[in-house]
Amino acid sequence: MAATDVDVFSNEEKRNLSLGGHVGFDSLPDQLVSKSVTQGFCFNILCVGETGIGKSTLMNTLFNTTFENEEASHYQNGVYLRPRTYDLQESNVHLKLTIVDTVGFGDQINKDESYKPIVDYIDTQFENYLQEELKIKRSLFNYHDTRIHICLYFIAPTGHSLKSLDLVTMKKLDSKVNIIPIIAKADTISKSELHKFKIKIMSELVSNGVQIYQFPTDDEAVSEINASMNAHLPFAVVGSVEEVKVGNKSVRARQYPWGVVQVENESHCDFVKLREMLIRVNMEDLREQTHARHYELYRRCKLEEMGFKDTDPDSQPFSLQETYETKRKEFLGDLQQKEEQMRQMFVNKVKETEAELKEKEKELHEKFEQLKRMHQDEKRKVEEKRRDLEDEMNAFNRKKMASETLSLSQPLKKDKKN
Amino acid sequence: MTSNIRYKSRIPVKTEDSMEEKQYVGFATLPNQVHRKSVKKGFDFTLMVAGESGMGKSTLVNSLFLTDLYKDRKLLNAEERINQTVEIIKHTVDIEEKGVKLKLTIVDTPGFGDAVNNNECWKPITDYIDQQFEQYFRDESGLNRKNIQDNRVHCCLYFIPPFGHGLRPVDVEFMKALHEKVNIIPLIAKADCLTPTEIKKLKDRIREEIDKFGIKVYQFPECDSDEDEEFKQLDKELKECTPFAVIGSNTVVEARGQRVRGRLYPWGIVEVENQSHCDFVKLRNMLIRSHMHDLKDVTCDVHYENYRAQCIQEMTSKLAQDNRMESPIPILPLSTPDVDTEKLIKMKDEELRRMQEMLNKMQQQMHDKD
Repeated sequence: MAATDVDVFSNEEKRNLSLGGHVGFDSLPDQLVSKSVTQGFCFNILCVGETGIGKSTLMNTLFNTTFENEEASHYQNGVYLRPRTYDLQESNVHLKLTIVDTVGFGDQINKDESYKPIVDYIDTQFENYLQEELKIKRSLFNYHDTRIHICLYFIAPTGHSLKSLDLVTMKKLDSKVNIIPIIAKADTISKSELHKFKIKIMSELVSNGVQIYQFPTDDEAVSEINASMNAHLPFAVVGSVEEVKVGNKSVRARQYPWGVVQVENESHCDFVKLREMLIRVNMEDLREQTHARHYELYRRCKLEEMGFKDTDPDSQPFSLQETYETKRKEFLGDLQQKEEQMRQMFVNKVKETEAELKEKEKELHEKFEQLKRMHQDEKRKVEEKRRDLEDEMNAFNRKKMASETLSLSQPLKKDKKN
Repeated sequence: MTSNIRYKSRIPVKTEDSMEEKQYVGFATLPNQVHRKSVKKGFDFTLMVAGESGMGKSTLVNSLFLTDLYKDRKLLNAEERINQTVEIIKHTVDIEEKGVKLKLTIVDTPGFGDAVNNNECWKPITDYIDQQFEQYFRDESGLNRKNIQDNRVHCCLYFIPPFGHGLRPVDVEFMKALHEKVNIIPLIAKADCLTPTEIKKLKDRIREEIDKFGIKVYQFPECDSDEDEEFKQLDKELKECTPFAVIGSNTVVEARGQRVRGRLYPWGIVEVENQSHCDFVKLRNMLIRSHMHDLKDVTCDVHYENYRAQCIQEMTSKLAQDNRMESPIPILPLSTPDVDTEKLIKMKDEELRRMQEMLNKMQQQMHDKD
């Protein structure tokens, strides 16, 4: 489980024996090779660079084929990644090649967020692999590994130094992926300028702590060539798919009015070096580094986030099972707590609302009483008024009758007078 | 030296025939007099160069004027440039050729487009140009106008990187912010990374995009119809060649037995002054030998006048609002209509409109009756 090699037989004595004859296990590497050939290989390249800097052309030149590609526009709103998978075959070796392009990189006016889509993509590929690894029923041998094995960072040939965007992006990527910086469109820099430019770039990378991929020098078979190539970084490349006739051969080159730049001429550019290093010598090492270093780092960070540790507070090695159990208990405990809380809240709320409703009820009652009282008062008043009115009417009627009888007797008196 | 002396000067020849002398007045010597006076006065020209760092601006300026303006320049590291702001740096040199003096000012804009966040990175540049206009405006309206110094920017060379597929958003925004303040001449920088077909494709693309976004770059004036065919042909070629694809060089190399300015590569030598290699010669001819004065004229007659008119309009509208007669700068009494007259005018306008409407109605009625 741990990352360091465990010597299982450390307690037992190891003895070196010499063989009496030819046993035949020296064919083990061959068996491994034939197995991997039948399985097929898988390689994923990420190309990061401004629009139009020559990423697609370089891929076409490296793999000597034409991957279909439309020209990208400069007016994308943000950076997005475009992965494309191809099946290539050379002699009897199958290669599943995935090329991931960064579209829109470096075009926006505000490039603060430009590195994020790239980092997110790389993390997603690691995450997918991690999920597959943690599955109960998993099929790792069948899994299409999409983790990025190499990031080719294309530097614009300004001749002065790195751009600020380059520095910021490479710093974010150096702990997640193997970076090989290359100087694109190198046919615009003369030899002396190129020398100064390379030194400036490397010194800037070193002084800012950016870790680019170093070709391995521990394997004696390739250590010499790798060491010399390390000194030539960053590679200054020129890409071309057009053929120009030079001498009596047709070579891939760019034709200018003042001369012909041959892609495969080592004194013209470092394309051959890049191809050697990337494809012919170190491809397998790149895959290993991605798995053993970058992926393991990601996995460790992710699992630590989730709360897994290799050793508990007593420094006893934890097993994954126990950690699972504790985590699960914790989680359930949390869940219960939350439930309780919610219930409490609910009850409180209900109480509150009840109290409110009661108050409202009381208020309404009071109002009702008040209105009733008012109503009764009014009624009384009206009654009084009515009685008064009736009294008045009675009085009036009496007066009327009185005056009528009076008037009846009056005309007699008048007559009597007359 | 002007390559096309398109005027003919005639010095009166003393002949015995007095009739000829009487018919010859002599103002044909005016061009000569202008020439003499201008040589005595000397010329000035302000050129601005703008573009990202590493595009070869300084090298091109050195190649154009065959001098070394940037002797002890210190370039920033990538780290320092992450949050860099744009500065404006002026270099002024006095150069002389065949008795003609030129006070050349190069306005540099280090830091443009170099930071990670380049929002409004062209603002210091537009502010600078406006400042120069404002200063000239004040000087021109002042009382003592004897020694006005003209610091206005006459031309801006904008360097477009050749690594892309055309204009980028920052290029478009910059040119749109400046096209009504200064003459913009877009150039394709470091053209030695493009083959002839690629150059043509990029030029077409850029011209298309300039039209599409409505950017007003400097247009060469049309040549007169009475010019000879050769000149017209040259002029046409010049116009179809824009934007110029240029290469600059600080070094002299040996090519074809001659010492020329160029760049030495393992696969060949790029000659800066070779017309089949790049458009440097066309740019130099256009900028210095034929159109320098036109650039100054367009700056004075178009861009500066626009600025001035805008400035005055703003001031008068402000005056009308504040209803005060004090002006912020000492201007001569302008014929600004005061508030009352304006009101009167407005009323009269209303009346006219109403009467017009009534007339229309009456006409309509008459038509209907018919």
